[in-house]
Amino acid sequence: MRNVRSWLGAAALACSVAVPVLAPSMAMAQEVPAPAKQNWSFSGPFGSYDLASAQRGFQIYSQVCSNCHSMNLLAYRQLSGIGVSPEQIKAIAAAVTVPSGLNDQGEPVDGPGTSASTFKRPFANEKIARIANNGALPPDLSLIVNAREGGADYIYGVLTGYADPPAGMKMGDGMMYNKQYPGHQIAMPQPLHAEQIDYSDGTPNTLDQEAHDVVTFLAWASNPEMVERKQIGVRIALFLVLMTGVTYAVKRQVWADVH
Amino acid sequence: MAGLHKSEFANPVVNWVDTRLPIFTFMQKEYGTFPTPKNFNYLWNFGALLMVNLMIMIVTGIFLAMNYQPNVATAFDSVQHIMRDVNYGWLLRYVHQNGASMFFIVVFIHIFRGMYYGSYKAPRELLWMFGVTLLLLMMATAFMGYVLPWGQMSYWGATVITNLFSAFPIVGGPIVTWLWGGFSVDNPTLNRFFSLHYLLPFVITGVSFLHVAALHITGSNNPLGIDVKSPQDTLPFHPYYTAKDSVGLCVYLLVFALIVFFAPGMLGDPLNSVPANPLQTPAEIVPEWYFLPFYAILRSVPSKLGGVLMMFGSIAVLFVLPWLDTSKIRSARFRPVYRQLIWVWVLSVIVLGMVGGHRPEGIWVVLGRVATAYYFLHFLVILPVLGKLERPLPLPESISRPVLSLGGGPLPGGATAKPMEKV
Amino acid sequence: MADTSVVARDMANLGIAPAKTHVADPTKRDFLKLIQLAGAAIGVGAIAWPFINSMNPSKDVLAVSSLEVDLTPIVVGQGITVLWRGKPIFVRHRTPKEIEEATSVTMAQLSDPATDASRTQPGEAQWIVLVGICTHLGCIPVGNKPTDARGEWGGWFCPCHGSQYDTSGRVRHGPAPANLAVPPYAFESPTKIKIG
Repeated sequence: MRNVRSWLGAAALACSVAVPVLAPSMAMAQEVPAPAKQNWSFSGPFGSYDLASAQRGFQIYSQVCSNCHSMNLLAYRQLSGIGVSPEQIKAIAAAVTVPSGLNDQGEPVDGPGTSASTFKRPFANEKIARIANNGALPPDLSLIVNAREGGADYIYGVLTGYADPPAGMKMGDGMMYNKQYPGHQIAMPQPLHAEQIDYSDGTPNTLDQEAHDVVTFLAWASNPEMVERKQIGVRIALFLVLMTGVTYAVKRQVWADVH
Repeated sequence: MAGLHKSEFANPVVNWVDTRLPIFTFMQKEYGTFPTPKNFNYLWNFGALLMVNLMIMIVTGIFLAMNYQPNVATAFDSVQHIMRDVNYGWLLRYVHQNGASMFFIVVFIHIFRGMYYGSYKAPRELLWMFGVTLLLLMMATAFMGYVLPWGQMSYWGATVITNLFSAFPIVGGPIVTWLWGGFSVDNPTLNRFFSLHYLLPFVITGVSFLHVAALHITGSNNPLGIDVKSPQDTLPFHPYYTAKDSVGLCVYLLVFALIVFFAPGMLGDPLNSVPANPLQTPAEIVPEWYFLPFYAILRSVPSKLGGVLMMFGSIAVLFVLPWLDTSKIRSARFRPVYRQLIWVWVLSVIVLGMVGGHRPEGIWVVLGRVATAYYFLHFLVILPVLGKLERPLPLPESISRPVLSLGGGPLPGGATAKPMEKV
Repeated sequence: MADTSVVARDMANLGIAPAKTHVADPTKRDFLKLIQLAGAAIGVGAIAWPFINSMNPSKDVLAVSSLEVDLTPIVVGQGITVLWRGKPIFVRHRTPKEIEEATSVTMAQLSDPATDASRTQPGEAQWIVLVGICTHLGCIPVGNKPTDARGEWGGWFCPCHGSQYDTSGRVRHGPAPANLAVPPYAFESPTKIKIG
């Protein structure tokens, strides 16, 4: 029975070889390339959002994405999280019309938004959204970075992944070819192009830059608590490392005479 | 007054209370002077960690419930309201969410320790069975808790798992309708899951007390798996094991904190960030990682009823483990064959976990079946037979004997005490 | 197992506290323990705060804490009630007689002295804005509608325990200890106020 360990090892080795080799071939049809790793300001244990980039991203969302995509979980007041001043927030909110209760005749009326208003929805409901988009439903973007496998890298991959379909690929009616999207057929036409956005801060408006900016904004929208979370986390982790040391020293002292 | 408890505490207030309700004497006896085998390793931390984890879950859960709304129209948004607008709501939610994973990591290690050192064997069978009951309650609680955020995986997980009961002939359909309170997973389901998710942790607390009470009747097992023979074998629980448990607690909290603050989404499924949609099934329905081995067993059996029975059987078999293992030797240290085969069983569980996370295609089907077969083979064939065939290594005379034979000085505490009366 | 002699033996064990008698440097050991206890106390204290703070008003609640009220439909002599932060707010358009009554009172007549000018905005004496919650036990006084009983001083009357307020919302009779509170508000235009 001494051999048990060795054939156990062999079995484990066989598994670890067989699984990666065989598994991908089985599921080839649905496989999509893993999104290329991008360099994000917010990755890593000390990363935080590049606020200028996130603000440019909000500009892109407002000018481009918001025509089809809602962000129902966000309110204008929360833009303070990417460094927008209260006055700017008021101006941004006042520029949109939102439902503002009933008039004296009991009819619903619209009025200018306030900082407490949630982001304006492009469509009143899902049915209207589908009618306007060839049957497809543009997903809400409030949590989009958390809601997709691959997160920010994946969203960036989709935004920059438009290309002509490879020869012989049969595209569905109204569908676009996308290198990153699962199945490679996406209903959304390419939303961002180079030199499409006029940045007021002189940032070069390449497609790469635009995609980076809007993804930074979306990442913030999905995890607005991230910066505070990491800051608290560093302090708590240090405290616990210290406590582990002290506690271990106490334990050694208490046990000093036992062995 | 004759029956009144005589308290030995010097502090007059403590003495006054203790005379009327001897709670301090009780604590002193069960957690102060409680004679505990002196040779525990750090694997014996995990029971205490589970108690801490349970308290963390209950407290964060109570505060989350203050802002959560168990209604299909508002549940998803109310969770995001907690994440975005409630002060430190994100912290409460991430601790609770990842606390479930921590709970299962700790309980799996705790169970493994029990299996490796034979803690389920006489006279601790009932103690073990309370433990398996706790595992079942934890699984039920975790499952219902996962439904509450009302994301896609919440909804479809609930649909798939409740549909398991439809496998039973005749009563299956009505049971599922009864579980749902309707004809699909819907508002009544969410409401009752919230109610039960709030209730079950208190049931777990109650059963934990039974678990600990049973432990304090039989006394703890130890890495040698031999009985305590004399006071030299034990140490008072405090300060020795309070100090040792504190070390484990700090390390556990550190791991917990690193996950909560730096990778809170690591163990979750992205699809649960998408609100539940009864009209669209996700491409792959994957349960949380701690259910994957059981999910793999379910899918490895080609018959619906068979799969359900095998999955429940994989837990049920743990209940009868004390009688399946025919060896009288507790610790794997003295069982040369079992010591290796237990790792094969662990491997089968890990393989099942991997299988559960992949689509049942190709190699995964084969692996799933082999691992399922081995899982049951281990309990139903290997353990009963091995107990008869295996030749154990010689057991030490007592826990403290190796120390004494090395000529160490007088042992602290125990050395001056009278020999322990054998109960 | 629960035998008392066993307990007594264990107590004895604890009593001689082996580690304590044999330790090389007791001060160092106590110091370490002190650090450990202090650390645990700090940890527990720090953890308590997020739980406590989670029960304070959340950010969305704080964000909708102001309300605009259009004054044009309120005719002289009448008042309206609006809801602000979950509380009723009385906005009353006072008649010249009511203003005169409110301003002519001497401080000695008041149990909670306050001038009418301190309770209205400069130049807008015809508007009185009050939190409509009786300072006694939290009932809502009546008197905003023309058909309501307004009490002897022509302001508001609390039906719960009979407290009476004058046209400036000051308590004049009954168990209420203080005047009706004036919420923070400002005129955005002559016909519009913003409360909060």
